[in-house]
Amino acid sequence: MFLYICRRIVYTIPIALAVAVVCFSLVHLAPGDPLSAVIPADAPAEVVERIIQAYGMDRPLPVQFFAWLGRAVQGDLGFSVATGRPVTQEIGRALGYTFVLSLAAAAIGFLFGILFGTLAAFFQGRWSDKLVTGIALFGVSVPHYWLGLLLVIIFSVQLDWLPSLGGGSGSWINRARYLVLPAITMSFIPMGIVTRTVRSTVADLLGSEFVTSLRARGLGSSRIANHVAKNAAPTVLAVMGLQFGYLLGGSILVETVFSWPGTGYLLNTAIFQRDIPLLQGIILTLSMFFVALNLLVDLLQTLFDPRVRRN
Amino acid sequence: MQTTPKSANALKAADGGKIATKSRGYWATVWLSLSRDPISIVCASILVLLVLIAILAPAIAPYSPSQGAMVDRLLPIGSPGHPLGTDELGRDMLTRLMYGGRMSLLMGILPVFVAFAIGTSLGLMAGFFGGWVNTLVMRTTDVFFAFPAVLLAIAISGALGPGLGNSMFALTLVFIPPIARVAESVTTRVRLLDFVDAARASGANSLTIVRVHVFNNVMGVVFIYATSLVSVCMILAAGLSFLGLGVKPPTAEWGLMLNTLRQSIYVQPWVSVLPGFMIFTTSLCFNLLSDGLRGAMDLKR
Repeated sequence: MFLYICRRIVYTIPIALAVAVVCFSLVHLAPGDPLSAVIPADAPAEVVERIIQAYGMDRPLPVQFFAWLGRAVQGDLGFSVATGRPVTQEIGRALGYTFVLSLAAAAIGFLFGILFGTLAAFFQGRWSDKLVTGIALFGVSVPHYWLGLLLVIIFSVQLDWLPSLGGGSGSWINRARYLVLPAITMSFIPMGIVTRTVRSTVADLLGSEFVTSLRARGLGSSRIANHVAKNAAPTVLAVMGLQFGYLLGGSILVETVFSWPGTGYLLNTAIFQRDIPLLQGIILTLSMFFVALNLLVDLLQTLFDPRVRRN
Repeated sequence: MQTTPKSANALKAADGGKIATKSRGYWATVWLSLSRDPISIVCASILVLLVLIAILAPAIAPYSPSQGAMVDRLLPIGSPGHPLGTDELGRDMLTRLMYGGRMSLLMGILPVFVAFAIGTSLGLMAGFFGGWVNTLVMRTTDVFFAFPAVLLAIAISGALGPGLGNSMFALTLVFIPPIARVAESVTTRVRLLDFVDAARASGANSLTIVRVHVFNNVMGVVFIYATSLVSVCMILAAGLSFLGLGVKPPTAEWGLMLNTLRQSIYVQPWVSVLPGFMIFTTSLCFNLLSDGLRGAMDLKR
């Protein structure tokens, strides 16, 4: 077990390195000079040269990469071109907002997803199953930025119940009021996907031989449900972990709709101000979280299900 | 060919005078099964209609998509002359939605189509040859899986800058790894089946085996998977335009229209959400059609 965990962690290192390479090369993917935002167009040649040297852009790419990586590991991601503040500081401020939003969306989505999925699996083919399958389909087919606008129109514009823009301030009740609409909007995708996963996993288990034999031995339905839950947990857990990662990394659209001051909103700003160090820093941070989350899910899965270890 | 009449006669005799008909091909069976599913038929009809409207937009649209009258700004749905109202620059919404379908459908379908071609080829290669080819291809896809898909698409098209070509390139790149992974796993499974060994034993070379024996078996599974990605791609493509990373104004595109109309939700809320409704309808139809196709192509059931 200990060995397996070590192997799994070691395996993550090359992936994390490759992710860093991709983030680093984003700068060179960008058209034009990455420094064009810093250097004024009419700067004399010697000033340009000095700026290039200051940024280390005159060195070969691999050297630049490792220098950048070395600083990144120490928490130095450079300075935002637009604001002049350290990228780490900008991201740190936004990260909390994105975490709160993703956690709230995940809590709502997972709760209803598990509830709906279980319901649908136990009542296969009945109207409740069809209703739940329909809701899940809606969840995966709806463009969530549009759903966000619909919720704003209904609950902010027409009913005037909840605020629609910004992250809120002051007391936690006021902050929570700002959180409601974006969290509900974002919860639809994980809700749809978790519903589908739970439904198919639980349906498969209910039809399996070991459940039939448990029934034959006279176990009550609550104890059978317990067995089913234990067996469904690893699969559902893996899907939920992945979905949480998608929420963290994919919050840009919803954050833009609601002007929620998280990493997605910051990324949007970085893209349109062509603030390359900030863009690079955000992508690196979010994807490293995703890599770590994948590792965590894998490790948790082996704790729940020893069969995974043997493969 | 010369033996055909003879064998047909033999069958005729055996069958009591009736000529034996050739059993239906695979695709004919799929088509028959699909045509009996009312949901699939409705979705396919809606999609065909949307594509036709998009193609014929210049001929059937009542107004110009780029010219509006400022006096007619933000008319409500059901206004005389403008059945779906007008947008923030007084342009006819019906016309813009018709034209918008051209870009939105193109951006939703083409990246998956290209990714399907490239991803399937990579997956077939990796699965069939195994060894270092497999390691190279699959470890590269692992790197892409280490990013959340939405973030990767936005990062690439954000770094490249706004534009139709850049966003389509980003979307294609995002969809290649998952398709390659599915193609690889199916190919690996098929390659180990007995009939591939039998073909090799009878002297077929690798190319023939892939072309005749492996390709058809892999294609169906990957095709179903790719159709399920079209709905994701529609939403993501319109999302890129919504952020301002796709086509540039004044081009009509559903995601971009939703973005520019966002400021108008306080004036004409229901006109503002029409483009989103189109994205939703298309994505829903692709999802349902993909489900229907999955059911129809799963002949084991």
